[in-house]
Amino acid sequence: MDFLVANGTAVLFYLFAVITVGSAIAVITMRNPMYSAISLLVCFLSMAALFLLRHAEFIAVVQVFVYGGGIMVLFLFVIMLVNLHKLKEMRLFGVQWPMAVILAILLIGLIVVVVMSVSFGPPNPYPEQLVDVDGEALGNSEAVGWHLYREYLLPFEIASIFLLVAMIGAVVLARKE
Amino acid sequence: MEIATTHYLVLSGILFVIGLVGIVTRRNMIIVLMSIELVLNSVNLNLVAFSYQMSDLTGQVMAVFTIAVAAGEAAVGLGILVAFYRLHSSIDLEQATELRG
Repeated sequence: MDFLVANGTAVLFYLFAVITVGSAIAVITMRNPMYSAISLLVCFLSMAALFLLRHAEFIAVVQVFVYGGGIMVLFLFVIMLVNLHKLKEMRLFGVQWPMAVILAILLIGLIVVVVMSVSFGPPNPYPEQLVDVDGEALGNSEAVGWHLYREYLLPFEIASIFLLVAMIGAVVLARKE
Repeated sequence: MEIATTHYLVLSGILFVIGLVGIVTRRNMIIVLMSIELVLNSVNLNLVAFSYQMSDLTGQVMAVFTIAVAAGEAAVGLGILVAFYRLHSSIDLEQATELRG
């Protein structure tokens, strides 16, 4: 018990890291797309917990809303729209999957070696900057909003136009002739 | 025990590679779109980890943009999927051979 209290952050990190990786593997190995979608939901939610552990509260909540809510409903709708019975006898993977798995393991090894060879300084040297709004310590959501509307106003507007274009594109693509 | 940025980078690398394997090997188009979401999410994990490492909120702002792009990508991708299903009555990617040269 004392160990859990003393190492709470580390225990939570490893718990959610294992859940995230396990559900991600389940997403790409399940035969039934509905099970994959549920695994994807688990993956998104545990990733929101990982964001919380890095003091990104706003991103964590947006992750739950947009991924856990919007994108997940979109996927579930499409899974129900297409006929799943024809998928039953289909081969799950393409012919190149053994090569892909070998290359993936090599790529993970390469990433680990590269990341381990870099030494970062102590994390979060100025904790107050993550909640700072114009010299006042308010909160993470306020601070992200402050940056979004002051320094990144033009990208923000472009993102809104992008979403409009994507919406029109999706409607046109899915429309019956 | 403090969790270092390295832990997050390794975790996000593993998730990225899992998503990549899903994109390359699966034949079901829905699963391929889900794998793309996994890859975009692993990038978010990187951005947030570096935002904490540097005490700089720019990474979190970029993560918001990534989420917006992922939402648009999912909408358009699933629209293409529905159009493909109407054409072939299947979502098997190995039947998508119209553009073969």
